[in-house]
Amino acid sequence: MKNLRIHLGLLAPLLVVTAMILWPIITGNVSSREIVFTILKAIALASSLNILLGYTGYVSFGHIVFYGFGGYVGLYFVNEQGWSIWLGMLVGGIAAGMLAFLLGKAILRLRGAYFALATIGINEAMKAFINNFELFGGPIGMTINFSVYRDYGGAAQALSMSFYIMAVLTFTALIASHLVRLSKFGLGLQAIRENEDAAEVMGVVAPNAKTWAYVLSAIIPGMVGVLFFFKNGNVEPHVAFPLHSSIELLVMVMLGGQGTVLGPVLGALAYQGMRGYLVTSNFFKDIQLSVSGVLLLLIVLFIPAGAIGWLRHRVPVLRRVLA
Amino acid sequence: MQQINLLLTSLPDGILLGFVYGLAAMGLTLIWGVMNVINLSHGPIIALGMFGTFFIFIRMGINPYIGLLFIAILGLIMGVFIYFVAVHRVINAPHLSSLLATFSVNMIIIGLGTAALTTSPYNVDFNVGSFRLGSTTILGTRLVAAVIAILFTGGLYIFLYRTRPGKFIRAVTNNRAAAELMGIPSTRILALSFGLGTMLAAVSGALIATFFPFNILSGGGYELKSFVIGVLGGLGNPIGALVGGLILGVLEGIIPAFMETSWVPVIEFGLFVVILLVRPQGIFGAKK
Amino acid sequence: MKRIFFVLTALLVTFSMLLTACQQQTTEPDEPQQQATEEVVSEEPSSKEVAVIIGFTSSLTGSQEVSSKRQVNGFTHWMNQVNESGGVTLSDGTVVKFDYKTYDDESNAERVQELYTRLITEDNADFLISPYSSGLTSAASIVAEQNGKVMITAGAADDDAYKTGNTSLFQLYTPGSLYMASTVDMLVDLDPEAKIALVHESDKFSTGVAEGIKPYLEANGFEIVLEEGYASDTADFGPIVNKIAGSGATVLLGGGHYNDGTALARALYERKIGLKFVYLLVAPADTKFPELGDAALGVATSSQWELAATHTEEEANNLGVEWFGPTGEDFATSYEAAYGDPPTYHVAGGYTAGLVLQKAIIDADSVDPEAVKAALNAMNLFTFYGGIQFDTSEEAHGLQLAHKMVVAQWQKTETGELKRVIIAPADVATADPVYPIPAP
Repeated sequence: MKNLRIHLGLLAPLLVVTAMILWPIITGNVSSREIVFTILKAIALASSLNILLGYTGYVSFGHIVFYGFGGYVGLYFVNEQGWSIWLGMLVGGIAAGMLAFLLGKAILRLRGAYFALATIGINEAMKAFINNFELFGGPIGMTINFSVYRDYGGAAQALSMSFYIMAVLTFTALIASHLVRLSKFGLGLQAIRENEDAAEVMGVVAPNAKTWAYVLSAIIPGMVGVLFFFKNGNVEPHVAFPLHSSIELLVMVMLGGQGTVLGPVLGALAYQGMRGYLVTSNFFKDIQLSVSGVLLLLIVLFIPAGAIGWLRHRVPVLRRVLA
Repeated sequence: MQQINLLLTSLPDGILLGFVYGLAAMGLTLIWGVMNVINLSHGPIIALGMFGTFFIFIRMGINPYIGLLFIAILGLIMGVFIYFVAVHRVINAPHLSSLLATFSVNMIIIGLGTAALTTSPYNVDFNVGSFRLGSTTILGTRLVAAVIAILFTGGLYIFLYRTRPGKFIRAVTNNRAAAELMGIPSTRILALSFGLGTMLAAVSGALIATFFPFNILSGGGYELKSFVIGVLGGLGNPIGALVGGLILGVLEGIIPAFMETSWVPVIEFGLFVVILLVRPQGIFGAKK
Repeated sequence: MKRIFFVLTALLVTFSMLLTACQQQTTEPDEPQQQATEEVVSEEPSSKEVAVIIGFTSSLTGSQEVSSKRQVNGFTHWMNQVNESGGVTLSDGTVVKFDYKTYDDESNAERVQELYTRLITEDNADFLISPYSSGLTSAASIVAEQNGKVMITAGAADDDAYKTGNTSLFQLYTPGSLYMASTVDMLVDLDPEAKIALVHESDKFSTGVAEGIKPYLEANGFEIVLEEGYASDTADFGPIVNKIAGSGATVLLGGGHYNDGTALARALYERKIGLKFVYLLVAPADTKFPELGDAALGVATSSQWELAATHTEEEANNLGVEWFGPTGEDFATSYEAAYGDPPTYHVAGGYTAGLVLQKAIIDADSVDPEAVKAALNAMNLFTFYGGIQFDTSEEAHGLQLAHKMVVAQWQKTETGELKRVIIAPADVATADPVYPIPAP
């Protein structure tokens, strides 16, 4: 019983995501499937970022670099070398993880805003580099031939299959996030977040722990990147490394509550839902960016702990289930 | 030989432009130095400065250099306003909060700006002549802009070192708690600093508008450049920012002499990351 | 404890459902759109009017905004005209009227598939028009393909987007690889000794155009002395202009989109490096280009369509190809009356997208997607916009085969006003090329 109870925190996120995945399956509505895909993608990315941001307390403004880099590497093997999407995703994940490992060794020494700035620099440098890198098509990027989809039963099948893979990736991200949170490793990370110097004194090997947290948070984005570009049919440098998406991820994690498993899920859901609504609504479409900005400002100013943090603070009984 | 030639022709331009880049970065780095806030609304403010020149010169027919005064005052007021609305509450919160607060200001300005001004380019067809210097052409607008940038830097320096509010700003930069104990009204000083930083951004935007076409999104590129410059010169060091701006301007001028122009951003951002790693206090910063 | 938990989960689930349902406002979710159209028919059997919905996304914000907006204006202008003239009547007496549904794709790939899926399944779009850029079009074409929808592409010049094995794309514009072909032809006559600098924006479209023209330049014996890409957000073109000057080039071919094109033209003018000829993509085709003042003088571009060189029924008859639609003059007058500015080629492209669809529906005598697709595949048509015929091969389905571009140049009239004139090909030219461009 006790063993089960510690996993209670995972239940709510899993239920929310499952409900979302089931919704288009039950109604059979392809349009909702696409909407849910966008949301799931956001959840998977935000949950991954949360391992670094929420648990370790390092603010990365360039997390999307792993999505772009992993995606590029994976798509290269799928499209140019004829590998299957499964192998492609594996390679994409590994490539993103390795990049994070190398970067982590270097830039995780920086703290606070310096780290944030460095991540912006890395994202922009990578984008500019890929734009000049002929093997990946340079500025033209890569376009998938529809014959690639034929192996999966045609474009329609490939797109619906992408949805299920995305679902699996989202679950993986959630479970990883949950397990890290409970583990001794995760405790070490949270100690670093609270006070890095004190954590080191208490025996946490901060440089290693931070690097592995960075690697863990990079793998899923790399795989998501491969999947998204595969589904999207093409990739170009400015599509792969959009700086504003990195910031949107931060917003999602903030919105829901950093350092919790459920927070990024709700944050991603609310943010993408809101954007999706604003973009397609006649009234807000012209100033949707401003509306999002005002909402973000209100949250940052008045409920900085995010929805989950606020709930946990206000309703102590919820602390056990809202993790 | 051809490369040397190319280098010599591009160098003066790079230097002149560098002063204006430096002025923009100075706004960013001043705010960082005083309150440890990275102002992510920096870019849109630069863009607003550009539109300031457009409306003052094209619509009202006033000389853009006289218009600078209006833009500076508006920038100052706007900065103080942004400070009290968005920054003041999170000034002591973790970095993430102030980053996101200023980013939300960024979103609001871009959103309203896009709705009102669209994202198509505006062009200020303004010319104060040009002259040849050896094998290169020096554009009058850039020369004047560089001179104005230097004047503003000098003004800022005098303000910080010779006036009472300037000394207060430096005191708050050094140690806010101690400054408060000495009876310095820290909130007002912080608001003033934010206003000054915003003013510098708006003025640099107004200058840039006299030689490049622009739109409401153009500020983003200069914001990124300001980060690079700020780090080169040492965050929090206004004079360092001017030198950092010069370095960046020169780099942009000379890199195309040796490789394809599309490599410029790779080198710029690569350098940025390397400097952060090797000397996070900047090239001129003292060892902490 | 447990109860709270259950209440909470229930709340969360409803919350998530609500949120996502908010943006839905679904009509019957799993009703295929075929039925919806039939419903309209059965509701009003007397008048037999069918509303055909054309769906597309446009870039109201982002880098493609100027061109994209004009294209949308052209399209809506066509739609209003057809609907006002009573729509299209099929042989069984059904009257087809047109309506459209559009979303802003923000020039951003993230949502483009979602939006097109939404257009098809929620808004019941019967036919699609592509987003403006090639990358977005590739992504959208997958959705079109999977739903068996026809997608007319206006914009999306890049050849790559069509070489995917698709069966649903139909391109209106001359493919990117042939963009500069008519300009090169002209240079062969004017100055076979010209030394070429190919300086282009480092993005998908412009790089594709530059790469595409290289073999053609070399085949015509031109020397390419400089080949260079620049980053999309470049503002300072000083170093690039100096590099062009240093390379000894006499002719510049290149550019990219609107923002960088205007900046490049201005830098070239300010630095007076004495090029004989300057050709830029996209930017000089826009009516806002002369805002640059004298910097616009002499700058040339190729254009999909120009009013002064509009195509005529006579041309069609000479070629023995069917003519369809209004004359260029009628189109331009009515457009200017409705929107206040003279039409650019983007406007003409948007208009023709509708026109081609209209013709295909008439030919197919049906609004069934498969029948219309067959009609488009068989189409060989001439309009004021020029020839329209699509590649039907499997390797490059939908590439435009018949449409030819004209070369336009900004020249000064006697009164000193800037005017865009057609300088090539010779049979439609309205003026001689200014070559070399006089030093300012």
